[in-house]
Amino acid sequence: MLLAAGLGLWRNTAHNLAARQIRSGFAFLGQRAGFDIGEGLVPYTPDATTLRAFAAGLGNTLRVALVGILLATLLGAAVGLGRLSRNALVRGLSTAWVEVLRNVPLVIQLFAWYLVLTQLLPDPASPLALGAHAYLSKGGLQLPMPVWTGGLGLALERPEVTAFGVSGGLSLTPEFLALLLGLATTTSASIAEIVRSGVLAVPRGQTEAALALGLSHRQVIRRVVLPQALRVIVPPLTSQFLNLTKNSSLAVAIGYPDVVSIANTAINQNGQALECILLIMSVYLSVNLVTAAAMNGYNRRVALVER
Amino acid sequence: MAAPAQNRPGAVPDEAREPPPPPRGPLAWLRRNLFATAPSTVATLAAGVALGWLLPRAADWLFLRAVYAPDYEACRALDYRAACWGFVAEKHRLILFGRYPWAEQWRPLLATLLFVAALAASAHPRAWRRWLLPAWAPLLAAFFLLLRGGVAGLSPVDPSAWGGLPLTIVLTAVVVAASIPMGIVLALGRRSRMPLVRGLATLYIELVRGVPLITVLFVASFLFPLLLPQGLRLDALARVAIGMTFFQAAYMAEVVRGGLQALPRGQGEAAEALGLGWWRAQRRVILPQALVLVIPSFVNSLLSTFLDTSLVTVVSLYDLTGSLRLALGDPQWRNFFLEGYLFVAAIYFASSFGMSRYSHWLERHLGRWARA
Repeated sequence: MLLAAGLGLWRNTAHNLAARQIRSGFAFLGQRAGFDIGEGLVPYTPDATTLRAFAAGLGNTLRVALVGILLATLLGAAVGLGRLSRNALVRGLSTAWVEVLRNVPLVIQLFAWYLVLTQLLPDPASPLALGAHAYLSKGGLQLPMPVWTGGLGLALERPEVTAFGVSGGLSLTPEFLALLLGLATTTSASIAEIVRSGVLAVPRGQTEAALALGLSHRQVIRRVVLPQALRVIVPPLTSQFLNLTKNSSLAVAIGYPDVVSIANTAINQNGQALECILLIMSVYLSVNLVTAAAMNGYNRRVALVER
Repeated sequence: MAAPAQNRPGAVPDEAREPPPPPRGPLAWLRRNLFATAPSTVATLAAGVALGWLLPRAADWLFLRAVYAPDYEACRALDYRAACWGFVAEKHRLILFGRYPWAEQWRPLLATLLFVAALAASAHPRAWRRWLLPAWAPLLAAFFLLLRGGVAGLSPVDPSAWGGLPLTIVLTAVVVAASIPMGIVLALGRRSRMPLVRGLATLYIELVRGVPLITVLFVASFLFPLLLPQGLRLDALARVAIGMTFFQAAYMAEVVRGGLQALPRGQGEAAEALGLGWWRAQRRVILPQALVLVIPSFVNSLLSTFLDTSLVTVVSLYDLTGSLRLALGDPQWRNFFLEGYLFVAAIYFASSFGMSRYSHWLERHLGRWARA
């Protein structure tokens, strides 16, 4: 029955593709892409192949996901511990952070961040100075960047303000910043809940026993509470990392050129939706598999060793 | 060391002595919760100073100096030093109902109120009777007929003109209602003894959970038209609803599987021993118990679907998020986007926060009702 349904759909598709004069197959990957990509680590020009465009998109996805995971974990751990604080003000602020971020859709946050970054900030010619050598403006964030000068030499390249804007240094676009902020803050709320329940899962008796044995507070946390809490925390943390990576596909809403945006552009250009969608699905599935494998390896290290 | 206390005549033995009661009263509370230790005091002072600086300014910007009337000149005169709720006042019907015909907007309003009232009426476990599910069928039909029109003298309105909050509600309701039966089938499939069925169900669930919702929406808007036979057309709303149902069903399947796994094996074995066939055992013994266990998780799925519907704006449907962007398309008002996003975020937050509180409440009290 499934086979018959599949065959029917296949015939429909072939018929429809022929009627719309859309080619099929992955030959388009080797052809000239013809569209530009705003930013990326992979060198790219509109004359490069479509395959290269997809690689640039994948690079952008991984870049925002990795930085996002790092930020979300740090923020989430801080807020999660804040919810357990004995200080009522810290506890209340942490709870408010979690509830607000968990109950407002990520899309709304992304649009709002993007508009704030591109509309409310000053023009690039007169940027907001953050500290001595970092600038924030409608053009994005410019940070000092260490540059390798050959041999053991490392120099700090500092951005400079010119009449046309800020140049030099490490430059982050508003699209990247908006996506990063949205992803990191939203995921930090979920991570905070995981950290909180992980710490609560360690029985009080463990702490009391360790203190009674004469361990210092620092030792109790490092040697007794943390190892046991991590066992509870790591598995759900893995799925939050995967969620963040998947959610980075919302980049298409604000025009950050991640792999989904590139696929969207390619579909609008050549109409080969089936191939492009298969491509992005396999990208996400393989990213998921790699992340899950890495986190499972880490999980084995922290898991309880039983006889 | 002093001699053990018990040996002294007249001493109260240690185990009989209660710890001193914690001091009561607001001052003691403050001491314990805000100034317990030096770091705690520092944190309190730092947070207090920050809040003391921020809150008056936020209240000032948000409410005290804000313009509430839909008066563009007054809003411009503010020069962004305070909120211009005039934008929301001017555009609230566009934001809430999208491009639905202006004169007919009482219909989506009535439908939404009807839906929310019915939802509130079915919230308490005391209302969970046999007639509750059948009672929802005419209600949903009324919701659709009100929006769609074409009966009882209501002018027909094409689904492509639906928008705003009613569209968000339609999508959420349809997707959740349709994905629960599909999720049950998938979950039973994943626990089936037949390797082919088990393999296919597991493959489907894991594949779908591995890809982002956006790709499923792309499939719905780019691929569905190619899969259908020539001459058959589905409008964008139906395509997106079907795509989201297929997506959500994989998550529902895991929710249901959690309930199935929580049941003791003995239930299934007892049903088998009584001579019930597999289907009857599932229908009469296993599922009723498993599904009651996961009702709070169903509410959480409802919540995440509700928040997820905001993604459909990417494939050009005008749900609550999309219609806000429609309203911001007006060049005169587009600079007041912050007010618009705060308004829409408040709607999402109120609904979602309410649902999550409800789910917590159910989790704590369901045991009592399920036993009764």
